[in-house]
Amino acid sequence: MTTVTSETAIRASGLTKSFGDVKAVVGVDIEVPRATVTAILGPNGAGKTTVVRMLTTLLKIDAGTAEVGGVNVAKDPNAARLKIGLTGQDTAVDELLTGRENLILIARLTRLSKQEAIRRADELLTRFDLHEAADRNAGTYSGGMRRRLDLAASMIADPEVLFLDEPTTGLDPRSRIDIWKKIEELVAGGTTVLLTTQYLDEADELADDIVVIDHGTVIARGTSDELKDRVGGQRLEFKVSGPEALDHAAEKLEAQNVEIVGRDEREHRITVALTEGATQVARLIDSLEFEGVKIEEVFVHRPTLDDVFLTLTGQHVATDEEESLS
Amino acid sequence: MSHVFGDTMLLFRRSVTHTFRSPEILVGVTVSPIMFVLIFRYVFGGAIEIAGTSYVNFLMAGIFIQSISFGALTTAMSLAYDFEKGIVERFFTLPMSRPAIVIGRTIADAIRAIFSVFVMVIIGYIVGYRPVGGPLDYLAALGVMVLFSFAISWVGALLAIFIPNPEALQQLSFVIILPLTFVSSAFVDPATMPAGLQAFAENQPVSQAVDAVRSLTTDLPADGSILNSILWSIGILVVAVPTVGWAFRRVGSR
Ligand SMILES: Nc1ncnc2c1ncn2[C@@H]1O[C@H](COP(=O)(O)OP(=O)(O)O)[C@@H](O)[C@H]1O
Ligand SMILES: [Mg+2]
Repeated sequence: MTTVTSETAIRASGLTKSFGDVKAVVGVDIEVPRATVTAILGPNGAGKTTVVRMLTTLLKIDAGTAEVGGVNVAKDPNAARLKIGLTGQDTAVDELLTGRENLILIARLTRLSKQEAIRRADELLTRFDLHEAADRNAGTYSGGMRRRLDLAASMIADPEVLFLDEPTTGLDPRSRIDIWKKIEELVAGGTTVLLTTQYLDEADELADDIVVIDHGTVIARGTSDELKDRVGGQRLEFKVSGPEALDHAAEKLEAQNVEIVGRDEREHRITVALTEGATQVARLIDSLEFEGVKIEEVFVHRPTLDDVFLTLTGQHVATDEEESLS
Repeated sequence: MSHVFGDTMLLFRRSVTHTFRSPEILVGVTVSPIMFVLIFRYVFGGAIEIAGTSYVNFLMAGIFIQSISFGALTTAMSLAYDFEKGIVERFFTLPMSRPAIVIGRTIADAIRAIFSVFVMVIIGYIVGYRPVGGPLDYLAALGVMVLFSFAISWVGALLAIFIPNPEALQQLSFVIILPLTFVSSAFVDPATMPAGLQAFAENQPVSQAVDAVRSLTTDLPADGSILNSILWSIGILVVAVPTVGWAFRRVGSR
């Protein structure tokens, strides 16, 4: 092993974990520079939670090594715990305690004195916009408030490294943006963040680096821009009248050197990657209409996780029941 | 490990707070015991004859222990919810004492169960319960119940650790606790049961605790049940405590 420079907050190599016959994670390498955000992007069942649980001392690492804040998590889990904050996939909030009591309890269990705990709770309630609701039972909180409380709880010890497992799954768009803001503030304050997500836009918004995983292995990695270069920019999707129209449209689009990134035979939809912005949309529609293709509907959207997968693996994100156990 | 005491206190206080904020638990602690006393007193009271004491006096020891036994369910369910909500997982990422999670809760649950016993004594008195014994007898009865309550609560914790699913747990606990409390000396003399049941009913821990408390609060003989009950409770703890410790240490190492 090379020596860990203080510039690297998380260094994991060859992480591997099986549950019986299920190979949940196979040879994953992750390196996260201090005070940056790395997103692990992948569909349900890809192995995201398993990676996080290994890095946070909750699961034994079958093979590979992991260091967090310079501490080997397998060799010295207790020292590692002092460097780690975790917001798990489930919101770990005690509903019968108030927001303030929740934070004070965690602070006391993190070895803060009573006075320090009270002060720290107060500080975090303010920072996470929970001051007004501080003395209400957390059971009365909205989803977004619970998440913020959960986030505050994982920041009690001012950890060097914060792990966030799907921090915005199930939240409404407004709360989602609130959480994003909080995460950005934490990183600006010097915290290193490793988060997992199923949403490309979330990874794009927050992460300096993105690691795409599927079936427990890394299938792509890079900055958001690098990935977007590979995946392409906005998507334009046409719904046409029938199978013949679909063939016809595909032929005409290819003739114009437009990259077709998706094709749905059943719904007669065809998706292309836009390379030149909005004017291209008008031009493509015009040219198809001119060629006699009857367009029924048009959508423009940003690339989704499914688009990433389609581009990288040539396959859609698996959606069978078996694959979606989280 | 050095934080066991402080962390236990913190988690004990958390459990106590839960009791006061959860109507379900409050009902379980007060209304249910009152109902037990009244139902058994008036439904079976006229039908069952016991030699040497009144049925109410005979019955109360059984109801105390039955109520305490159901406390195992409270422990199991609340711990299972903590698992389900990821609260235990959060605790596991903290530099705290893991055994404190269970110790704090079982102490709170044992105290709650004993509080219910006091409620039942008062209601019992109103409907004719007249225990016979001296202060030392009553103190000994209390001791037996505290120990049994604590032990049974650890059994609940053990169940929750191995089956951290509240629904499954609820089903399973009934299958375990119902036979233990009814196939026992709690409500009838086991001598009236078929031979096979009788052997089980006379020797299992619930009956031993019932007999111990009964002998200390009526004129009925103890027949070694006081010592047996204490041994059962200690035996249960000797198995349950290290098993819970082992299960918690295993987290992160598998
Ligand atoms: N405790 C476990 N026991 C058995 N299989 C598990 C366990 N945890 C996860 N898995 C399996 O490992 C794979 C990865 O799961 P997970 O890491 O939870 O994925 P994600 O968080 O990306 O949805 C899945 O196939 C899942 O069913
Ligand atoms: Mg997950």
